[in-house]
Amino acid sequence: MQSNDTRIKWVEEPQLGWAGRMYLPLVFGGLTTTARHLVSEKVTVSYPDEEPKLGNKLIYRGVHRLNRDEQGRVKCVACFLCATACPAHCIDILAAESPWEDREKYPQSFTIDELRCIYCGMCEEACPVDAIELTSLYNLTGRSREEMIFDKEKLLSVYDATKDSEPMQSKSLGGTL
Amino acid sequence: MPCRRSRPYRMGVIEMGHVTVNGIDIEVGPHEHINGIQAAHRAGVEIPHYCWHAGLSVVASCRMCLVESGRKNAETGEVSLLPKVVPACQTPATDGTVFVTDSEKVRAARQMVEEDLLLRHPVDCPICDKAGECSLQDYHFSYGREQRRADIDPFSSRRRPVGESVTLFVDRCVMCTRCVRFTREITGTNELMVINRGAHEEIDTFPGFPLDNKMSGNVVDLCPVGALGDVDFLYSQRVWFMKRHSGVCAGCSTGCSIHVEENQDRVYRIKPRENPHINQWWMCDEGRYGFKYVHDARRLTEPRQRDGETETTLTWDAAIARMDALVRSSQELVVVLSPFLTVEEAYLLATYARQVQPKAVISVGPIPCVGENETFPNGFTIRAEKCPNRRGVEEIASRFQGRLISWESVGDECGAQATVWFTGGYPEANGISSDEASRLAKNRTLIVQDLFASALSEHATLVLPSAAWVERAGSFVNAKDRLQSFTWAVRPPQGVQTEGQMLWRLAGRSGLYRPADILQELGREMSYFAAVLEEVPDTGVDLKLNQLASV
Repeated sequence: MQSNDTRIKWVEEPQLGWAGRMYLPLVFGGLTTTARHLVSEKVTVSYPDEEPKLGNKLIYRGVHRLNRDEQGRVKCVACFLCATACPAHCIDILAAESPWEDREKYPQSFTIDELRCIYCGMCEEACPVDAIELTSLYNLTGRSREEMIFDKEKLLSVYDATKDSEPMQSKSLGGTL
Repeated sequence: MPCRRSRPYRMGVIEMGHVTVNGIDIEVGPHEHINGIQAAHRAGVEIPHYCWHAGLSVVASCRMCLVESGRKNAETGEVSLLPKVVPACQTPATDGTVFVTDSEKVRAARQMVEEDLLLRHPVDCPICDKAGECSLQDYHFSYGREQRRADIDPFSSRRRPVGESVTLFVDRCVMCTRCVRFTREITGTNELMVINRGAHEEIDTFPGFPLDNKMSGNVVDLCPVGALGDVDFLYSQRVWFMKRHSGVCAGCSTGCSIHVEENQDRVYRIKPRENPHINQWWMCDEGRYGFKYVHDARRLTEPRQRDGETETTLTWDAAIARMDALVRSSQELVVVLSPFLTVEEAYLLATYARQVQPKAVISVGPIPCVGENETFPNGFTIRAEKCPNRRGVEEIASRFQGRLISWESVGDECGAQATVWFTGGYPEANGISSDEASRLAKNRTLIVQDLFASALSEHATLVLPSAAWVERAGSFVNAKDRLQSFTWAVRPPQGVQTEGQMLWRLAGRSGLYRPADILQELGREMSYFAAVLEEVPDTGVDLKLNQLASV
């Protein structure tokens, strides 16, 4: 593109007046913002002494869980859609024929690298059977990297721990169960 | 004398037929028998179809390829179309035929067919292995209705085995009957059939006669939907994760053109690649499932040196230096070219051996043979020679040696103090008995390069790991003298260097191994390979044809 192109709209920098050149209006403007925050309600909490208040727990994006079906089996059908949608490539699934009569395919192993995950929630969106969900658990800690790679059992245990406080969303959202 | 291929028609000017597809004019040869689908393909227009397959008879039962057809008056240029839509697969594209595939009538017909198929389809795509390469999915997105008018919930398909290697998901079937026609027309074994009528039609086998023939895996490729599943591949990988590489099957000397499908250096399945000169659309189950040894944990992965009773592991630099020293200091060198080597590797090896030892003997390794050649009614042959490149290697060996020294006579040809360099690549075992090995190894220095440890490698001074065929690049010459080039599909296991790269380094060439350069060199050096000097297409070149022309 040339500088004389007719599609370019050239604008002039506005000329500062006397007050503007003194910077005083801007200084006072900034100080007003500071003063307003001094007196307004605090939004920060002194974690870990104090726990933050989460808004809607059902749409918070924290640690993953693998839901169970009515019979307590893993709900996942190993379709790999979460692994396909995952932008961080943190989901690793090994599929196999299921040992159950009424199901064709199930995940033999299902691991999520919680360190690699960017908590975008795409896996939850992609899941056709609402098997993977993000919980409101945000304080995720571990002593090693290996410990932060969650396997199927661990992800199911997250479900067991959170199912009462955060019921499966599928029903209210028109899901499969 | 000019090449025959450059003038296919000897008699005068040939009248070409003119066919119009959506206003695009294409030419059809006088003896070509093509239908509407093929004519449209030539014009760059896709006509969706399920039941039609170029290799099978036409039944026109799926009705997906319905198009408007008619004729064009050659004098007035006026087009008259038939009042109703006709199946393109059954309509010959002859001179003056007109096809219209983008009219409202055709669109409505396709939508209706798709809607009807989906009425009874389980739509269990998330757990269906075909998802991602399914015609029903693709056509539904391209030609189907945007919304379903019937309110039907997805369900699980019924499943039953139809044979050892193939399983049938009954409800996913669209009744194209390609698989049934395959067993009737291609293998002639007639295992599959259609039971019941109308909406209750199902594919099945007669009780006690399962799908059991040496080409049964092809029905899975033929199935346009996920009804027929490959038991070997079932649920092991989603298709969109795999990368597809063009290759050549090393299972036997037919040398079928194949696609090797891998993900992260692991081969998951092998599919036939269309090649009218060799395998058409098919391949045998032996080749299809015979790649498992590539990922065998027992493979050799490091160069080892044996000195008396002690065995030491070498780095590749040390191994190549040791190799060079052994070869140069030998009193007599015998090189055994394996029929699993590519022609480029065999040529590199033979030239290197002759360069350092001008009197080196070049021979051919053992040719694995199992049973007899087996030919199917359509001409497809599974050969007894279970190696991909006997012809190529034999030509190179006899060119260097002046005559062909087979494996049986290697023992007599080499002196008592000779250094024998054995190249392998044999799957599982190279078939050399321990007696044979100890007789050959007696007082001689042995260099063995192979995939697996064998009786021969027990006696070797230097054992080098070999790369499997899917890890190598080069060219194979099949039993009918057709040369096909291919590139590597997966990287060899850690610690393994391909034969090509190793020989390239031994020969003192710099950089990475470039098989294409060597093939050109080979084409200039040997008249047998002269045909490769022109381009080598995906379907390969016939080396015999060129020899006839140059006589």
